[in-house]
Amino acid sequence: MIIDLKKFIATERPFWNELDRMLLLNERDPYRRLPFDEIKRLHYLYQRASSDLSKISTFSAERAINAYLESLVGRAYAMIHAGRQEAVRFSFWCWFWGTFPRTFRRRWRAFALSLAIMVAGSLFGGGAIVWDPHAKAVLMPFEHLQMDPADRVAMEESAERDRMRGAKSSFSAFLMTHNTRVSIFVLALGMTWGIGTVLLLYSNGVMLGAVAADYIRAGQGLFLTGWLLPHGAVEIPSILLAGQAGLLLAGAMIGRRSALPFGARLREVVPDVVTLISGVAVMLIWAGIVEAFFSQYHAPVLPYEVKIAFGVIELALLAAFLRLSGRSEVKPMSWRRIRGWITLGRLKH
Amino acid sequence: MNTHKRTILTPEGVTFALPLAGPVSRSLAWMIDAACILACFQVGRVLIGLLGIISHDISSAVSIFIFFVLRTGYAMALEWFWQGQTVGKRVLGLRVMDVNGLRLQPSQIVIRNLLRAVDSLPLFYLLGGAVCLISRQSQRLGDLAANTMVIKIGKAFEPDLDLILEKNRYNSLRAYPHLTARLRQQVSPEEAGVALQALMRRDEFQPEARVTLFDEIAGHFKSKVAFPQETLEGVSDEQYVRNVVDVLFKADV
Repeated sequence: MIIDLKKFIATERPFWNELDRMLLLNERDPYRRLPFDEIKRLHYLYQRASSDLSKISTFSAERAINAYLESLVGRAYAMIHAGRQEAVRFSFWCWFWGTFPRTFRRRWRAFALSLAIMVAGSLFGGGAIVWDPHAKAVLMPFEHLQMDPADRVAMEESAERDRMRGAKSSFSAFLMTHNTRVSIFVLALGMTWGIGTVLLLYSNGVMLGAVAADYIRAGQGLFLTGWLLPHGAVEIPSILLAGQAGLLLAGAMIGRRSALPFGARLREVVPDVVTLISGVAVMLIWAGIVEAFFSQYHAPVLPYEVKIAFGVIELALLAAFLRLSGRSEVKPMSWRRIRGWITLGRLKH
Repeated sequence: MNTHKRTILTPEGVTFALPLAGPVSRSLAWMIDAACILACFQVGRVLIGLLGIISHDISSAVSIFIFFVLRTGYAMALEWFWQGQTVGKRVLGLRVMDVNGLRLQPSQIVIRNLLRAVDSLPLFYLLGGAVCLISRQSQRLGDLAANTMVIKIGKAFEPDLDLILEKNRYNSLRAYPHLTARLRQQVSPEEAGVALQALMRRDEFQPEARVTLFDEIAGHFKSKVAFPQETLEGVSDEQYVRNVVDVLFKADV
């Protein structure tokens, strides 16, 4: 049996147009709440369009109408089966003070692994410099790090003019964006089953350990600490958190001790990965400001003790934030709840 | 290898298929988007340049920041507000969708765009394109992580049957309703679709190819139901196919 196409289209077209209009309305405003009657009507139209698609596929091979109905049914299916109970608008403060630290604590094992990899790299880098000082050229391939530490410190401390004058803001912006890009790269390499993430964390650790060993051997530990700690107290944990996110992705890729299929494993970790990297971006904004406006000034302009104290306080606050913040879960308030409270308040008065 | 379509079975038992976009159309869309980002940045730079009157340092900082935000956030923002489309994807009729046909979540949009950092390795999305080629659903690494896919949006149109089957034109086959009923019973929807498509696209064929094609289609239908000779006299193969399609798709005269 082949259906009478013209009659079929003439009869069903008004329903398709109505469904298309309803879908368009909701696609334009995903937070719109549908009245109950509209939900019932939407469901009826969806089922009718599904039935029409079934008929056209079975009783007519007309491709254009088939493609149109597939597109319409697909959009309606996405909307009806989205499975979201209540649309809640994003609240940055609830997310930063609640979701972000809770996600960090929930995924602490990946952070511990990230930390262990970087520490291993640092030990290797430091050990390499101690046993073979000529390794400096290989492990620290940056011109400003090739200088003798004592000469570097003398140069910085005797500087007569502010070499950052007129460039602090742009340097700060460069640091923020560069470090965020590196963090995103560390995260993204999690898709290489974590190999790239591990290599980047390890190599960062190697360079850190090599620099530390070089300066401490030269008796410039105080300068090094004062130079790195103010921004490093936030920047290094940021890289570790990016590594944490990358290792989460890697864990989902590998799927060890998980009965879930590949897609489900990734679906489970992706929200946490996005939360972590977003937190990293916020942290790196602060680190970029500190590095450009504070870290580059040395004694006698800015005493090392002040810089070290600043860095220690930062580290302590960060640790407290990640450890303690968000322990009593505060859900972001929905507009419906707020409106309900306002109405209740008005009724009381 | 990708199967070019993603088939989804709904709980209602209906199947719909979404045509997948390949790496070529996706890369063209991204080139358009890259041009848009550059254009926005150039416009922004002119406006930011005005800040240089206050401070060159601040102007430079804002410029660095804006470029980073544009490069990272352009696709994320547009895919969220335009339901999976960017400017390039709109131009080429593509859309990002959840692999199960559901609505995109913000975390999916963010992660698929963040992973461009790996997909663009070593140069010009070679890695992402290679993964897209071998993936069954034409997914790059970012799509794999986010459980998304990029589909082609079909343009929906109603076939103009009146154009193909001229109104009020005499159809000699309708003089034999019992034979037309048998024809309707024996012809499958696929065969009817082939005939309809051939008529809709007749102007695209070379004349010789058109004659050959309609000869074959007419011969096929004639082998199913034999109409009396007088209905076929003076009727070309193409006109015969037109009469058959009229009978099949327009039940009531």
